[in-house]
Amino acid sequence: MNSTLTREQHLELYYFMRLNRELEEQMVRLFRQNKIVGGLYPSLGQEAISVGTAYALGPGDWIAPMIRNIGALLVRGFKPRDVMTQHMARYTSPTQGKDGTSHFGDLKSRHVISPISMLGDLIPVMTGIAMAGRYLGQKIVTMTWIGDGGTSTGMFHEGLNFAAVQKAPFVLVVENNQWAYSTPTEKQSALRDLADRGKAYGIKSAVVDGNDVLAVERTTREAVSHAREGNGPVLIEAKTMRMLGHAQHDSAEYVPKAMLEAWKQRDPLDRFEKVLTEKKLWDAKTKKEIDARIASEIRADVEFAENSPFPPPETAEEGVYCEGCHTIEADWQRPKEEVMPPRSSVKAEWPLKSYAANGARPTAAAPAAPKSKPVKKPARSAVRVRAKAGR
Amino acid sequence: MPETTYLEAIRQAMFEEMDRDPAVVLIGEDVGVYGGAFKTSEGLLARFGWERVIDTPISESAIVGAAIGMSYAGLRPIAEMQFIDFIACAFEMITNFAAKSHYRWGAPVPMVLRGPCGGGVHGGPFHSANPEMYFVHTPGLKVVCPATARDAKGLLKSAIRDNNPVLFFEHKYLYRRIKEELPADDFTVPIGKAAVRREGRDLTIVSYAAMLHTSLEAAAELAREGIEAEVIDLRTLLPLDRETILASVRKTNKLLVVHEDTRTGGIAGEIAAIITESAFEDLDGPIRRVTSLDTPVPYAPGLEEYFLPSAGKVVAAARELVRY
Repeated sequence: MNSTLTREQHLELYYFMRLNRELEEQMVRLFRQNKIVGGLYPSLGQEAISVGTAYALGPGDWIAPMIRNIGALLVRGFKPRDVMTQHMARYTSPTQGKDGTSHFGDLKSRHVISPISMLGDLIPVMTGIAMAGRYLGQKIVTMTWIGDGGTSTGMFHEGLNFAAVQKAPFVLVVENNQWAYSTPTEKQSALRDLADRGKAYGIKSAVVDGNDVLAVERTTREAVSHAREGNGPVLIEAKTMRMLGHAQHDSAEYVPKAMLEAWKQRDPLDRFEKVLTEKKLWDAKTKKEIDARIASEIRADVEFAENSPFPPPETAEEGVYCEGCHTIEADWQRPKEEVMPPRSSVKAEWPLKSYAANGARPTAAAPAAPKSKPVKKPARSAVRVRAKAGR
Repeated sequence: MPETTYLEAIRQAMFEEMDRDPAVVLIGEDVGVYGGAFKTSEGLLARFGWERVIDTPISESAIVGAAIGMSYAGLRPIAEMQFIDFIACAFEMITNFAAKSHYRWGAPVPMVLRGPCGGGVHGGPFHSANPEMYFVHTPGLKVVCPATARDAKGLLKSAIRDNNPVLFFEHKYLYRRIKEELPADDFTVPIGKAAVRREGRDLTIVSYAAMLHTSLEAAAELAREGIEAEVIDLRTLLPLDRETILASVRKTNKLLVVHEDTRTGGIAGEIAAIITESAFEDLDGPIRRVTSLDTPVPYAPGLEEYFLPSAGKVVAAARELVRY
């Protein structure tokens, strides 16, 4: 399938994927020099998912990356120095040393929610942002990622079910990298495709080759517009492989060598480079220029990170509460007059669509709000979109 | 002026805040069409509509998670637990996600999590809990336990306007049992400030929520014996108003803490530590506690009565302490 992306966009995808990989390789070097304070969780082999999904969003949309979504942070405008100073616990990091790894965000401008370590929590949180965005008239979509292991949590179920009944404009990317620490996916779920979990919640789902950045971007773009148009959440299962251990300390002896060899042949960067060459979207000179740019950015940011101080110890006591340091402001994109002053118009009775126990398909995010657009015809059942796997 | 119940005071606070600020929304199980299991949100859906009064699946974690997300988007959600016992189902979202958010990455969570707590109504082990101390032990949260209708309204308004996650424990025994005249204006009661409910010289009784009334009843009984107890209503457990407690103990030199929460790990232990650290020389006797037993809340009326503190138990402990 042809991509509608321009040459510049193709090159930008390459830039972010390559930057993702080079940054992580640099961080491995820092880890070996004992400069990474805590854990380092690699995304080698999964760059196409982080980059391709985040790339399909608009600037007003919200994301909550998980631990292996460094690529998504980069797409969203964070710099290698942000990632490095976080891991190195420096005072210049986005959290000023309060938290590490990818646990940072930016509410106001980049609309990035900091993840936490407990898996699945981001699903209801991003559902809440999606609901708030709808109420405020923002036309936004929210997105988060979860691994195959994370789909086993109770939070995954509660969150996705709630998003579904609310028809929240929310996209969930399940990165099936086949390993939850040392546990293979077949011990997480009896499903062949984790995308089928979407069916259980009555939402649209899709399977995509997670090592094909163009397929990932295209599938996500479709999902995002489906959600943005008010048709409810979408679950995308991106099939891939975790090419290293759970974290830097884990040599992953439990992974069959042949499996790694097989997946090495499907490396997302190698494949995308081949596409760029075949489509004549670049030449050796262009690649060299981009790679050189990345190398110099990383070099400058390593220097910045290494020269950054650790936080003053006494700052440990600061920031438990917001004591007027932030203002809470909603970005109203609809006239406030639509909701203020409140109108007494709702009868406290459910306008049910069907009286049958199994006949009712939820069609709206609660009965339609005043002035909202007519609800689009709902999908009769979970529609399954299969993006072309491989090339 | 008609008198307002504790329950109606809570409803009024939500109603008035939602009227004042379109960023305030209510989310929870059966809060909309049904008006809440205790009818605390009756009439809110009719006034504010489906977008602002949101009925949810039975998913306490998702309720709190969604409220956190709404906070991030600039709203001021009120999330309801139908009974506060079910807050255990959302423990993770509250303690790991909401409480640490501002500290970790400077993202405030202006959310109120409210629900009916407490025993004395034969609710049994799963509809009677006082889980406040799990959360008092969690930096980043605020924990509020009002004992009067005025405080219920004024503190809930403060909680809604606060930029931090506030857990608001409504004692269900008080819902319809106490009432008072409330000011007509838009008043608030500050979070983090205790109140001296009765002045006295012989001992200090520190309490909160339903046990304030038990303590006041005991103080009246003690007064007939010539013992003047000073009764302090904590109102907020986190952050704790240490100054008010310290000032009173420095005056009376004796301290009795009364709470409905179970004994081990209750706020009495923390208060005792504060007093021994900061006012040891002022004490003329051991710090005493009257609390519930270290058991789950039992169902049978006789068992529950045995389990709970009572005015009689407070009077007995106070007499002993004064004689010490």
